[in-house]
Amino acid sequence: MDIKDIIKPENKVYSKTSLMTDNALSYCPGCGHGTAHRIVMEVIEEMGIAHDTIGVAPVGCSVLAYDFMDIDMTQAAHGRAPAVATGIKRLWPDKFVFTYQGDGDLAAIGTAETIHACNRGENIVIIFVNNGIYGMTGGQMAPTTLGGMKSSTSPFGRDIGTMGNPIKMTELVANLPGVYFASRQAVHKPSNVRKAKKAIRQAFENQKEKKGLSIVEIVSNCNSGWKMAPVQSNIWMEENMFPYYPLGDIKVDDVILGK
Amino acid sequence: MSELKLMKGNEAVAEAAIRAGADAYFGYPITPQSEVLEYLMSEQPEKRTGMIVLQAESEVAAINMVYGAAGTGKRVMTSSSSPGISLKQEGISYIAGAELPCLIVNVVRGGPGLGTIQPSQADYFQSTKGGGHGDYRLIVLAPASVQEMSDFVKLGFELAFKYRNPVLMLSDGVIGQMMEKVELFDQQPRLDYFDPAWTTTGKTDDRGRNIITSLDLDPYLMEKHNQMLQAKYRKIEELEVRVEEIMIEDAEYIFVAYGSSARISQKAVELARAKGIKAGLLRPKTLFPFPKRIISELADRVKGFLSVEMSAGQMVEDVRLAVNGKVWVEHFGRYGGVVHSPNEVLDALENLIEKK
Amino acid sequence: MGRAKGAIVVDIEKCKGCNICVVNCPTDVIELSKEVNGKGYPYAYMENPENCTGCANCALVCPDGVIEVYRVIV
Repeated sequence: MDIKDIIKPENKVYSKTSLMTDNALSYCPGCGHGTAHRIVMEVIEEMGIAHDTIGVAPVGCSVLAYDFMDIDMTQAAHGRAPAVATGIKRLWPDKFVFTYQGDGDLAAIGTAETIHACNRGENIVIIFVNNGIYGMTGGQMAPTTLGGMKSSTSPFGRDIGTMGNPIKMTELVANLPGVYFASRQAVHKPSNVRKAKKAIRQAFENQKEKKGLSIVEIVSNCNSGWKMAPVQSNIWMEENMFPYYPLGDIKVDDVILGK
Repeated sequence: MSELKLMKGNEAVAEAAIRAGADAYFGYPITPQSEVLEYLMSEQPEKRTGMIVLQAESEVAAINMVYGAAGTGKRVMTSSSSPGISLKQEGISYIAGAELPCLIVNVVRGGPGLGTIQPSQADYFQSTKGGGHGDYRLIVLAPASVQEMSDFVKLGFELAFKYRNPVLMLSDGVIGQMMEKVELFDQQPRLDYFDPAWTTTGKTDDRGRNIITSLDLDPYLMEKHNQMLQAKYRKIEELEVRVEEIMIEDAEYIFVAYGSSARISQKAVELARAKGIKAGLLRPKTLFPFPKRIISELADRVKGFLSVEMSAGQMVEDVRLAVNGKVWVEHFGRYGGVVHSPNEVLDALENLIEKK
Repeated sequence: MGRAKGAIVVDIEKCKGCNICVVNCPTDVIELSKEVNGKGYPYAYMENPENCTGCANCALVCPDGVIEVYRVIV
């Protein structure tokens, strides 16, 4: 069968959602942000809620998320996205509100906003992309940088004794009663993308049902910051990030798993 | 029908917020303005008008809740006192950059640092010159009575929406804490129209998506945005100056004072007049825009200006710029939380008249 | 039941040559080009199109969303 006979509109089984704009993504080659963006937008498209959704972009690599997500969006100050989302959601309780934040934004400078939005049980979704480094500013140590991991501000490796431990933010907030759903996923392999998308769908369904806060962490790569080729960075992520940040649901239907 | 009540200044702000049809208040306790949040919580405005009141985890969070809600076109506000307002500056800069309407109330206390909980006017620079990073201005209203604490809430929201600009009500611990008769305005409806040109209420097929941001990586576009902001500020300077003039028709010496210092200076005018000194008072109700032209014109016919502020001398710089060397301009004020008396103000004027 | 035949279309100018689709293709269809696009990146293409089943794994993991997938049952 000729390829020309396969490539016909009626045979199309996958293309990017129309809720992703045609702007070329500003992310480095192989960066998981693009995939994470796309599956969030796919969920919003599949639920038919694009007209009722307001996203909050952070400061970090995804500061320009609003260039790529074709929905109403607000760009928040560094770390403040959960407070900004709170302000929107409290006044528009029937709209869907989500934040999209990196590890520096959510787990360092925005720790207070994150914890208190979670503790109040704000009925929002938090998408938390954790790549263990500050990508946009050039590869500095993040709150989630692994012990021994090199960055431009831990050039000899993160010394736990003086620089502190990498913080497991999703487990931490899962302990708060306001958090209804907490899950950690990845987007580097097809099976992971499917699971991550399922978790994001669950999070938005929870918001629809007014269940409280849902957080989906996506452990991702930063090949530029980690100074590796994209495929190599994904292998490194599996071997080093996943043991410390294990994938899977952490809290489902208000119940912490394994407790 | 309007209603007469005896209230604290801070309570008047809270009641006025409900009556002005505010959609939300986000705040954090700090002396001497905690009554705003306390009054709102006990008044349960959600039952009266549907207004949302939320105690945030910090002033930083509160101003960012304002930012998010203001971006959806809602009528929202926060209040705090000096150290808390310092914490809000990041958010205020974003709000100014993104051109969002909102009302911020500062019931000023003495600084710097944790300072004191007593009244002060030492946040003038912070309020009128931007406060946070970048080239921006707030519209700054300076109430001098409990009545104006109420009236300026309504005016503040009107100006905020007229110019899509944050409005700061610069009060102080005296006005916030004292009780006076206040004529409360009638209940206004809450907003039911959200401008499709900019509000983020969910995109529609008609308008496409809206984005609230203060970011542009292209410096030439950012310069253009800044020029547009500056043009807006010039228009505000042209159209929105508000003052009260007391006995200035024949005055030889002018006190320039706002807020509680204006009340004290008004008494000093009476004392001066009783002694045969032709003093008058110019009270700016707007500190940005500052009444530059009015002061400049007065400078053509008076002998001197005394800027009376509970600070080490901040507004005096703007008075000097407006007078531009035509006559003398000096400052008097107690500060660090100390409130000057009318006699101290008069003494300062008399000393200057003697020296000059 | 027939056999699935697939094909992909890559937006060559937006492809960044990250290679992630290549390693995730279960039937070794995709390779990176020897030439580069306007941005200087090699781009994904079907080196072995006859092996493609249209499973869409490549498109699922493509960070830049530049892959369209087509599929027919023959």
